Order: sequence, then structure tokens, then C-alpha cells
Amino acid sequence: MTTPSSSDDALAGVLREQSGRLVMRLSRVFGDFALAEDAVQSAVVEALVAWRRDGVPPNPAGWLSLAARRNALDAVRRSNRSTSLPEDWSPTTEASEPTLGSTTDDRLGLLFACCHPALAIEVRIALTLRAVTGLTTAQVARAFLVNEATLAQRIVRAKRKIATVGIALDVPERDALPARLADVRTVIYACYNEAFVSTTGTQDRSLGADAVWLADLVAHAFPTDSESWGLAALLATQHARAAARFSHSGDLVQLRDQDRSRWDSELLQRGRDHLDRAAALRRPGPLQLQAAIAAVHGEAATWDDTDWLQIVGLYEALLRLDPSPVVRLNRAVALAEYLPARPALALAELDRIAEPLANYHPYHAARAELLRRLNRADEAEASDLVALRLTANDAERRLLRSRLRRHTLDE
Amino acid sequence: MKYVLMFATDPGAQSDVDPQVAQAVYGRIYEWFGTNAASITDNGAELLGAETATTIRSGGVVVDGPFAEAKEVIGGFTVIDVPDLDAALALAKSWPALELPGVCVEVRPMVVDYSQFE
Repeated sequence: MTTPSSSDDALAGVLREQSGRLVMRLSRVFGDFALAEDAVQSAVVEALVAWRRDGVPPNPAGWLSLAARRNALDAVRRSNRSTSLPEDWSPTTEASEPTLGSTTDDRLGLLFACCHPALAIEVRIALTLRAVTGLTTAQVARAFLVNEATLAQRIVRAKRKIATVGIALDVPERDALPARLADVRTVIYACYNEAFVSTTGTQDRSLGADAVWLADLVAHAFPTDSESWGLAALLATQHARAAARFSHSGDLVQLRDQDRSRWDSELLQRGRDHLDRAAALRRPGPLQLQAAIAAVHGEAATWDDTDWLQIVGLYEALLRLDPSPVVRLNRAVALAEYLPARPALALAELDRIAEPLANYHPYHAARAELLRRLNRADEAEASDLVALRLTANDAERRLLRSRLRRHTLDE
Repeated sequence: MKYVLMFATDPGAQSDVDPQVAQAVYGRIYEWFGTNAASITDNGAELLGAETATTIRSGGVVVDGPFAEAKEVIGGFTVIDVPDLDAALALAKSWPALELPGVCVEVRPMVVDYSQFE
């Protein structure tokens, strides 16, 4: 796997900061969201080429802004509309730009529109990454392993829907805010999860870092919303382990086997800080509990040092809020670690949730692991094969295959 | 912005509904029109059952029945005028019949800018 180079990281940082702002500014000036978003997208593509070739310019925000404005004007001329061209447009007003996450930050309105439940979930993710964080359609398509032309079409349709059906580029009213905020968190979480399992993902931009950035933006904008801090904490903590999740040859490394010296201690600390802010609000929620579980893993110097009792307890609490079979699976796995001498206990729980998780590959992989501890090798192999059949992701398939090979050789 | 709310029901799913419950919902629908009068335009209609429908297909062929053989049939529509989609969705969500099984409300913006057809 190629990791993004540092110049690409710098470039991503600028695009992240500027893209959403520019989309909003041009939308207002030209009164056309779809046109504005296209103009910024083209400017981003131009910037990627020019900045890699010539280096990042001294005023990257101004550069991007001018390019986007030129594209917007060209589009208006091409469309031959009678719209009068705006005269009073100044390329940048850096001084008046609000700071990250302040309530006057109009990128939030853009984010809420892109995550609107009236849009299909897959396109919400793609549009958010494109319009708010300045990814190119090609980068999004590579990250999600979808056809670029198809994705572009879907984005066009979604933008048309935003413009024509009256989805406001605004933070929702107080009554609607909690539900819409939950929708935004779902999209950001889904962005991260997609990035999390993907090695074939985009090579010139870290999607995980984009999701962490989005979660931070939301948490700072709604500082009294405990679950938004929970999401920011969860993503920071998970992303802290990103470098250790893949070996140099691009193979997935399980938590148990990760080189913990490669974890990002700064991000882990940020995760803990976010979790403290969430806890101070005294409104627990599923994301905060998941973040707390990730934090317990983050604090263990080795796999054997992990505080499994605390993790089992946190899963118990999570189960009360979210009694889903996936949470039961995770609790059972933690229980098996806490009571290593009694794998049968966890296996019995897995048998009780077999039906709803029949098509969930981690279920079968976990089951194989428990069966092996009980010396039921044949059944373990069968479970691993089911898991393999259900996994589409290359890195996960390689991991399962190497496990199957190892155990076949052991026998 | 103007939106049309299309109210549809799945008659099959409603056969078990207690007539008294249905009657109570009907009463609340009446109230709903009163409460939201400011957002509701004069345009709208309640329709008789799908078994009364007659459809004309391309070429002028007259056939018995509604245009789509769907589980849900349109029972009526109303035109509302609200600031944006969120307001329209909030109003649609408060439609009292949604408490009953097999009910749905489709929300669609109305064409107001005819310049695109010129």
C-alpha cells in the first residue's frame, strides 16, 4: 500500500479547509448550488495537478478561490443563461473566515444538506466527501471501489435533488436538529468504516483523516452534544491505530498482533480528551461507549495487558442502549478474552445469535477462533471458510486465508 | 415552496384495523387540516377507492383499474406551501393516518418555474 506523501497531506489539508467554504460562497454569489459545487470540484482537480507539479502556492486559498470562480463564470457563459454575472466578488476574505466548527461556519449547512435523509445513503457519503472535504470523484470512486462514471452520475442526480426539492443549505431548526445531527454522524461514521477496511482505497488521500476531521468539525460546532464528542473520540482513537493495521506488504494486522509503537499517541490523547468532554455532559450514548472501548484498547501496552473486565462491562452498558446481535457478538468475544479457560461460554452465546448474523463474516471468523480453542479444528476450518466466502474485502480475505493455511500446516 | 403530499394506503394491511381506531384517526385527520391551515393551500382532494379508477393508456386505450398495480393506492393529495423540504417532511410526518399499518405519504415539489419548458 502506498501511503499519502507529506506534500499530498498538506494539499489535502488545504482542500479540506477551503472546499466547503468556497462551495457555500459561490452558491450564494451565483444562486446555484450545483454549479458552485462543480466549479469547486474542477478547481480541486486543477489544484491537484498544478500543486503537485509546481508545489503548493503561497496563497493556496486564493489560488483555489480564483480557479473556482473562473470555472463558475465559464459555466454561466456556456449555459448562456440570462443570469447577470456578479461584479462584487472578491476572491478571498481570509480575515473574516470563521474558525473551525464555530456556529457561524457555513460549511455546517452544506454538511447537513449533503447528509439529508432524502438522499440515498451511498450518495450522501460521496457527496459529503466531495463537497465538504474536497475529494475528487475519482478519489471517492477508488476508495469505495465503484465505477467513477456511475458515481459521477449519482452525484449529479443528488445535487439536482438538493436544488430542486428545497433541501436547505442550512443547520436545521431546533426541533429537527437532534435527528438530523444523528444522520450526519451516521454518514461520517460510515465514511470512516469504509476507509477502515480498505487497502485498495485512495492512495493519495487518507479518507480516515477526512472522517476524523469531519467528526471534529461537528463536535466543535455542537459542543453540548455528547454523542458528537463520542464520535470524534471514537474516530480519533481508531485512526490512531491506522498505521499499525497494515503490514508493510499491505496485509491486515489484527489488533492482537499490532506493533503498538506505531500507534499515534497524539491522536490517542485527542480521543481521550474528546471522551472527557463527552463524559462531562453526563448523557451517555452508544458512540461514547464504543469510544470508551476503543480507548481501553488504546491504553493497553500489550494485548495481554488489556483490561478485559472493563471492556466486557462497557459492552454490557452498550447492549442496554443497543441490543443488537453485533454488540452481543463483540461482548462474547471480550468475554472469551476475560475468561480464557472457558471459551465454551462465549461459543454458547454465539450459537444463540447464529441466525441474525448468518451473513456477517466477523461472526464466522470469531466462531472459528473459539472452536480452535476447544480443539474442534474441522468445525473451525468450516467456519473460516464461511467467513471467507462472505468477505468481499481483499485485505480481510488475505487474513482469513493465511489463518486457514497456518492451521492446516499445524495439523 | 409548494409540495404535493400524496397519501397512500395498502388496503390489505388495513383489514385488521379496529373500526373505532380508524374512526379516531379520521377525526384527527380533520383536526390536522385545521391545525396546519396556514401551510395548506386550497388544492387537494380525497379520492374514492382504487376499484373506481379507470385508466387511459397510450393510444387512447381505456382500461379498468388504477395506473399502477401496486400494493399501495393513492387515497388523496393535498398541496402545501412551506419554506423548505424539512418543513414539508415535518408536516408529512405528522399525518395522523401514519399510525395505521400500510400507510405512506409521498412528498414531491411542484413545478413552479415553467421557464425550463420554454
